[in-house]
Amino acid sequence: MKKLRTPVELRQLRATILSQRDPEKACISICCGTGCRAYGAEDVAKALKNQIRRQGLSKQVQLKVTGCHGFCEHGPLLVVYPGRIFYQRVTPNDAAEIISETVLNGNIVDRLLYVDPTSGEKTHFEGDVPFYKRQRRLIFGSNGLIDPTDIKDYFAIDGYSAVSKVLFEMQPEEAIAEIRKSGLRGRGGGGFPAATKWESCRKAPSFDGTRYVICNADEGDPGAYMDRSLLEGNPHSVIEGMIIGAYAIGSHNGYVYVRHEYPLAVTNLSIALEQAREYGLLGQDILGSGFDFDIKISRGGGAFICGESTALMASLEGKIGEPRPKHIHTVVSGLNGRPSNLNNVETWANVPLIINRGADWYSEIGTEGSKGTKIFSLVGKINNTGLIEVPMGITLREIIYDIGGGIPNDRRFKAVQTGGPSGGCIPESLIDLPVDFDKLTEAGSMMGSGGMIVMDEDTCMVDIARYFVKFLTEESCGKCVPCREGLDRMLDILTDITEGRGKEEDIELLEELGWIIKETSLCALGGTAPNPVLSTIRYFRDEYEAHIRGKRCPAGVCKALITFIINEEKCTGCGVCARECPQGAISGKKKEPYNINQEKCIKCGVCRDNCKFEAITVS
Amino acid sequence: MVELTIDGIKTNAPEGTTVLEVATEMGIVIPTLCYHPGLSPYGACRVCIVEVVKDNRSSLEASCTLPVEPRQVILTNSEKVRKARKLIIELLLSSCPNSKTLQDMAANMGINRVRFKVKDRGCILCGLCVRYCKEQMKSGGIGFVGRGTSRRVATAFDVTPEECRNCGGCEWICPVCERACTAGNLIDGLCGGCQNLIPVETCPVCTGCSESVGPQGHRVYQ
Repeated sequence: MKKLRTPVELRQLRATILSQRDPEKACISICCGTGCRAYGAEDVAKALKNQIRRQGLSKQVQLKVTGCHGFCEHGPLLVVYPGRIFYQRVTPNDAAEIISETVLNGNIVDRLLYVDPTSGEKTHFEGDVPFYKRQRRLIFGSNGLIDPTDIKDYFAIDGYSAVSKVLFEMQPEEAIAEIRKSGLRGRGGGGFPAATKWESCRKAPSFDGTRYVICNADEGDPGAYMDRSLLEGNPHSVIEGMIIGAYAIGSHNGYVYVRHEYPLAVTNLSIALEQAREYGLLGQDILGSGFDFDIKISRGGGAFICGESTALMASLEGKIGEPRPKHIHTVVSGLNGRPSNLNNVETWANVPLIINRGADWYSEIGTEGSKGTKIFSLVGKINNTGLIEVPMGITLREIIYDIGGGIPNDRRFKAVQTGGPSGGCIPESLIDLPVDFDKLTEAGSMMGSGGMIVMDEDTCMVDIARYFVKFLTEESCGKCVPCREGLDRMLDILTDITEGRGKEEDIELLEELGWIIKETSLCALGGTAPNPVLSTIRYFRDEYEAHIRGKRCPAGVCKALITFIINEEKCTGCGVCARECPQGAISGKKKEPYNINQEKCIKCGVCRDNCKFEAITVS
Repeated sequence: MVELTIDGIKTNAPEGTTVLEVATEMGIVIPTLCYHPGLSPYGACRVCIVEVVKDNRSSLEASCTLPVEPRQVILTNSEKVRKARKLIIELLLSSCPNSKTLQDMAANMGINRVRFKVKDRGCILCGLCVRYCKEQMKSGGIGFVGRGTSRRVATAFDVTPEECRNCGGCEWICPVCERACTAGNLIDGLCGGCQNLIPVETCPVCTGCSESVGPQGHRVYQ
């Protein structure tokens, strides 16, 4: 493989790649992101490959194994090009039919089409699926077009043209000015203006001239997986962003700090780095510009706290991953005491887009203070679980009902938890809230890295707060007192409340603890950790009071406060519940109402789940 | 030199010094636990927090790690600071009630009840011993193990390492080992023993700086 020595060679290579590709050629793009893999997408891909070979179509049909397409709820997904026919929940047994019917004859396999649950209509094409229709997939949209292990696919979609533009047509200051004009804010949680960070890092003195550019891929929020999917599906966009950042900042050394629990992301990124080096896009004298830059991968050991900038850098240095006070910012003295610029995966992926299409175009998307799009992972009690990319300023209602397809089983929407474990719960009354950095903070939550956990009426808010505090107690590094001890005591109090031992003064004590943890913790983990508790107290105080005063759980979740009862009128005496009960707590005669022995009952809920007549209720 | 204001008093300090150092120099007492003048600042106990006022906003920062800045306005004993400090001591007491240092601080600050579940961990994880061993004895025989509430000070693999010279410095500097509270019976996480057994000193002129801690009146705020 020949190294690219000039921008012209890059353009020529792209032209050669495009000339060898026929846009009308049949291509099956199958999602092999982590979600679809869990559904067995790899077997489907294998079956398709076998079919193509067996039918002797290797020349006519291309199979592209790509990263995450986003609509994880309906995986495994595939799209048949050139028509963009969209199939969902594909099994290996469907492979033969897809090839012979759709690819060869252009017929649609009806049973694999997506059916809109509300209208009952079948959708033929990817672009018509309501889930995709309302999104603006500027960054994530490329995932379906490229095989992450083949750099040529990235070249084909104009890959690395932004690097060539920056290196040959822009001064570093101009690149920073362009990013500033675009209004790009860090996507990792803080929402700090990226250009300001870059500029501070560029201007910070370094005694030996070394500066570092780091990509934060230590995504650890429960239920969030957008950085993972980006690294798995389109690693070159992140690498390209980092090269541009390094040039603007004046750095020659880059790191990607990625979780060891993301093996596919590590593999795909390693392959991408190797291929970029082969083409001369990393290493010495990139594209003949005289600029040197290379990236190393550092794998994190699975500590949530290592997503915090100073802890991440301590971990990179081989020390214990714990934060230090940030009065001197990492852009001045970070990794190895040198100026270090840390941005999140998604932030880096935004950079080539801004350079290619211009800051003016980019800044038209979004709201006053938050520009561009944001990827969210939409999970929880929602019909369309998946990764979505939407313009900033979209309302929660649009996200949950139009894109997410509403709440399953006709339940009522109760709240949405945004921003990961340190975010807050936003209640139904604020469902028309536009989603951007500032509005979410005002509502007592935060953008965070983009987790969105939807909750319905069967969710107990005290229990949710307890779950997140438990997660944070386990993930706190334990260095400073308010976070280590404060969160632990908060967990004690919340556990007491959910187990019926709540006291009248507990809410006040929780608020006081929340205040001290927020105000005096050493790092941002502690500074935001009480959010789930404070926001649920703010919006769902009545639930706390019901637990404490009435010793009851309105949502019927907290085991110590609920009892399962058989409704005698509805019970047909079928005996299913008695058979399924692991405790043998249910007894009765056939065709007569059954009874639950409350002393034996462990409140597992198996009886309720198995009753076909809804005769078992919680009180 | 940097000009800043601490508790209404304008002062000058060389760049690179911390607010705690400047305040101590001025004779202003800020209580500390994990700070020691001979060791590097750590910022873990948060007892030395002060209020930093900027424009119309104020924030709490640990003074031991807070570098002086031009035109900085610091309050070391505001109502907000006292409230936060009391809560932190309360949290510390609930995790390590048998430290005389902590019990004395609690008495001085007028804490009369610990509202949290007492879980005696026998250590406040201030890291003084770890830093003493590494920085003063140049040994590094002990360090932190684990994370969150399972964090503890230990030797590697719980074996006494070759680096350890049995100097006893770790014990000497420990606010819990060296100054253990021997009263034995704690009521609501507080011992109250010292208040009764040790003659209570009272400031000659009471300014009401600290709340009443018992029948004998105020104790000198040390």
